[in-house]
Amino acid sequence: MDFILPLIFMAIMGLAMLLYVILDGYDLGVGILLHYAPEEHKDMMVASIGPFWDANETWLVLGVGIMLVAFPSAHAVVLSALYLPVAVMLMALIIRGVSFDFRTKAHDKHKAFWNAMFTGGSMVAAMSQGWMLGSYVSGFRDDWWTWAFNAVIALTVPAAYVVLGAGWLIMKAEGDLQARAVEWARKAIVPFLIGISAVSIATPFISETIYNKWFKLPGFFALLPIPLVTAAAFAALWHVTGKKSIIDAGYGWVAFASTVLVLILATLGLAYSIYPYVVIDRLNVWEAASATSSLLILLVGTLITLPAIIGYTIFVYRIFWGKARELTYGA
Amino acid sequence: MNETALVLARMQFAANITFHILFPTITIALGWILFFFRMRFKATRDAAWEEAYYFWTKVFALTFALGVVSGITMSFQFGTNWPGFMEKAGNIAGPLLGYEVLTAFFLEATFLGVMLFGRGRVSERMHLIATFLVAFGTTMSAFWILSLNSWMQTPVGFEIVDGKMFATDWLAILFNPSFPYRFSHMLIASGLTASFVVAGISAWQVLKKVDSRATHLALKTALIAAAVLIPIQIIVGDMHGVNTLKHQPAKIAAIEGVWNTEKGAPLLLFAWPDKATKSNLYAIEIPKLASLILTHDPEGEVKGLNEFEGKHPPVAPVFWAFRIMVGMGMLMLATSWFGVYLLRKRTVNTMPRLYLIALSAMAFSGWIATVAGWYVTEIGRQPYIVYGVITVAETAAKHAPAMIGLTLTAYLALYVFLLCAYVFVVKGLSEKPTRGQAPKLPAGLPPQVVTAAGD
Ligand code: HDD
Ligand code: HEM
Ligand code: HEM
Repeated sequence: MDFILPLIFMAIMGLAMLLYVILDGYDLGVGILLHYAPEEHKDMMVASIGPFWDANETWLVLGVGIMLVAFPSAHAVVLSALYLPVAVMLMALIIRGVSFDFRTKAHDKHKAFWNAMFTGGSMVAAMSQGWMLGSYVSGFRDDWWTWAFNAVIALTVPAAYVVLGAGWLIMKAEGDLQARAVEWARKAIVPFLIGISAVSIATPFISETIYNKWFKLPGFFALLPIPLVTAAAFAALWHVTGKKSIIDAGYGWVAFASTVLVLILATLGLAYSIYPYVVIDRLNVWEAASATSSLLILLVGTLITLPAIIGYTIFVYRIFWGKARELTYGA
Repeated sequence: MNETALVLARMQFAANITFHILFPTITIALGWILFFFRMRFKATRDAAWEEAYYFWTKVFALTFALGVVSGITMSFQFGTNWPGFMEKAGNIAGPLLGYEVLTAFFLEATFLGVMLFGRGRVSERMHLIATFLVAFGTTMSAFWILSLNSWMQTPVGFEIVDGKMFATDWLAILFNPSFPYRFSHMLIASGLTASFVVAGISAWQVLKKVDSRATHLALKTALIAAAVLIPIQIIVGDMHGVNTLKHQPAKIAAIEGVWNTEKGAPLLLFAWPDKATKSNLYAIEIPKLASLILTHDPEGEVKGLNEFEGKHPPVAPVFWAFRIMVGMGMLMLATSWFGVYLLRKRTVNTMPRLYLIALSAMAFSGWIATVAGWYVTEIGRQPYIVYGVITVAETAAKHAPAMIGLTLTAYLALYVFLLCAYVFVVKGLSEKPTRGQAPKLPAGLPPQVVTAAGD
C-alpha cells in the first residue's frame, strides 16, 4: 500500500491534468479564436462551449486538489515556485470566465469590451500555463536558457489550444463558420508542430535525468512509438483539414481526435520523463505523499465518484450532442 | 519570517475569500429558490412562476460564474500563501477538500449546463432534476468547506506525530463541536442573503415600473422566506455564540469587549475598545445582559482577555464586526416583518414607496452581515490557523513582500472592477422589462426560441 498508493494518485493527477488540457484547452482555444471571427459568428462560437466550460475548468481544480491532498509538500514547492505565473493565470481565468456571462448580459455597447476580455483572458491563461509547464519540467531553474525554453512552451500551448478549439468548431459548426475553423486549424498546425518538436528536442538537454532516460539504448527503442504515432497524428490532422470533401463526408472529428492523440502522447512522454519524481530531481512520489490512511480514505471516494463523474459528464455531452444551437435560458 | 510578508499574505487571503464568499452566499440559496419557482410552475402551470424562474436564472448564471472563478483562485491559495498549513494539517484538510471537489464541484458544474441551457433538449423532469442537482451540489460544497473550517476552529479527532497532524477519528473530524452551528448559521445566512437580493431587486423593479406579476410573486416569496429565517438565525447565532464560549473563550471576550474576567458582565452596545489602556472608552452598556445571554445567568462569569495574555485576537475588529453583523440582523428582522405585515393588507404595488426604497437599499445587506460574521470568526481565532495547535505565522510562505504586494494590488483592482460590473449589470438586467419575455410554455414540449447566446 505504501508503495502503490502514491503511484495511483500520481496517475489520477496526471489523468485530471490531461483531461483539463483537452477539455479546457478547446474552450480556451475557441476563446482565443473569438477575436478573429466576424461579429455574426461570435455568439455561435460561445454557444458551442457554453454548457461545458465550467465543468471543464473543474478538472484543474481536481488536478491541483489531488496534488494538494496527496502530495502536500510538492504542492507547497510547486506553487511557491510558480507564485507569479499562477497568479497571472488565475486572474486571466477569472476574466475570461466572467466575460462569458457579462458579454450577453451587459449593455450592448459594452459587448465588444467583454469579447476582448474573453480573448485576452483565454490567451494569457494559455500562455501562463505553458510557462508553468516549462518551469516545472526544468525543475524551476532560473537562467536564460530555461527562460527561453519556458517562452517556447508558453507559445506552443496557445497554438495547441487553437488547434483543439478549431477542431471543436469543425465538429460543432456548419457552413461559413466551419470553413473558417478549418482555415484557423490549418494556420495553427504549423506553429503547434514546430513548438512541440522544439520542446521535445530541448527537454532532454534541459535536464540530464530526462536525457539519460530517453537516450539509453533499450529505452530508446521502446519509446520510439511515441514520436512515430505523434507524427502520424499530425499527418492525419494535416490531411483532414486540407480537403473540404473529407469534412463534408463527416470526418471533421478526425481533426479534433488526432489533436487529442498528440496531447495524450505528449503527456505519456512527459510522465515517463519525470517518473518517479513529483518535483524533478528533488522530491519523488513517495517522499511527497501524505499519510497512507489519508490517501486510502480519498481513494475510496475517488473510486466511487470518478466513474460517476465521467458517467454524467458523458451524459451531459450527449444532451448537447451534434451541431451547436443558439443558447437560451428559456426553451 | 518577515512580518510584512505575513501581513500581506493575510490581506491577500482575506481579499480573495471575501470576494469568493459573496457569490456562493447568493447561489447556495438562490439555487433552492429557483427550484421552488420551477416546482410552483409545475404544480400551478401559472406562467408568472415560469417568468420569475427565467429572470432569476440570469442572475444565478452570472453569480455562479463569479463564484466559480473566484473559487478556483481559492483552491490555489492554500499552497501559495500557507504552504506550512498543508504540510502540517494536510492529512486532515486534504481529504475534506478532495471530497468537496469530487462530490460537489463536478456535480454543480456539470449539471449547470443542463439547468441553464437544457430546456427543450431534455424532458421537463430531467430539467427539474438538473436544477435540483445544482442546488444540492452548492449545498454539499458548503458542507465540506464548513466542516473543514469548523475543524480548524475546534480541532478534534487527531494526533500529532513528528509535528504533523494525523486523523484518528474521521467522524469526529467531520462533525466537530462547532460544525452543526456553523453549518446551519451559514446556510441560513445564505438564505437571508438571497432572499434580500430577490426582494430588494424586485422592489426596485416595482419602483422602476418594469414589474409584472412574476415580480410580485418573487418579492412575496422572498419576503416571507426572510421573515421566517431571521428569527431562526438569531436563535442559531445565540447558540453559536454559547458554543464558541465553550471552545474559544478568548474570541468571546473580544466580541463582548471584556478586558478583565467579571461576573455579571454588561452587554456593550457601543464602545471604543482601546488596546493601550486595555479598557473600553465611551461605553454604552446594558448591565448583566452579556452574562445572561452567554451563561443564561445574570451573575454568570465571563472570562476576560487578561486570561489570554499574548494569545488573544485583536479586539476592535472582532468587536465591531460582530456588532455590524448583529445590527444587520436586526435591520433584516425589522424590514422583513414589516413587509409581511404590509402584505396582509396590501398587494405589492400598493406598498408605500418609502418601504420599497428601504427594501431595495437592503438588497445586498446579506453580504455585509455575512462578511462581518466571517471576520468575527476568522480574526477572532488569531493567532491560530488551527485553533490552539498551529499558528498562522508558522505556516506562511516565504515570498518577497514586493511580489505579494504586487499580486495583492492586482487582485484588489480586479475585484473592485468586477464587483462594480456585477452590481451594474444586475441592475441593468432588472430594469429591462421582463413582461412577455418568458417563453410561452404549453403543457407539452416547449418550442424553440432563438435569442442571443446565453441570454
Ligand atoms: C476552509 C477554510 C476557511 C474558510 C471557509 C474561510 N476561511 Fe478565512 N481563513 C482561513 C480559512 C478559511 C485560514 C487559511 O485559516 C486563515 C488564514 C490565516 C488565518 O488565520 O486563517 C483565514 C484568514 C482569514 C482572514 C484574516 C484574519 C486575520 O489575519 O486576522 C479573514 C479576514 C478571513 N479569513 C475571512 C474569511 C471570510 C470572509 C470567509 C468567508 C467565507 C472565510 N474567511 C472563510
Ligand atoms: C478556502 C476556502 C474555499 C475554497 C478552497 C473554495 C474553492 C472553490 C472552488 C475551487 C470553486 C469552483 C468549483 C467549480 O469549478 O465549480 C468554488 C465554488 C463554490 N464555493 Fe468555494 N471555496 C472556499 C470557500 C467557500 C465557502 C466558505 C463557501 C460557502 C459556505 C463556498 C461555497 C462554494 C459554492 C456554493 C461554490 C459554487 C459556485 C457558486 O455557487 O458561486 N466556498 N469554491
Ligand atoms: C442577529 C443575530 C446574530 C447572532 C447572535 C449571530 C452570532 C454569530 C456568532 C457568535 C458568530 C461567530 C461564531 C464563531 O465564533 O466562530 C457568527 C458568525 C457568522 N454570522 Fe452570525 N449572528 C447573527 C446574525 C447573522 C446574520 C443576519 C447573518 C447573515 C445574513 C450572519 C452571518 C454569519 C456568518 C456568515 C458567520 C460566520 C460563519 C460562522 O461562523 O457560522 N449572522 N454569528
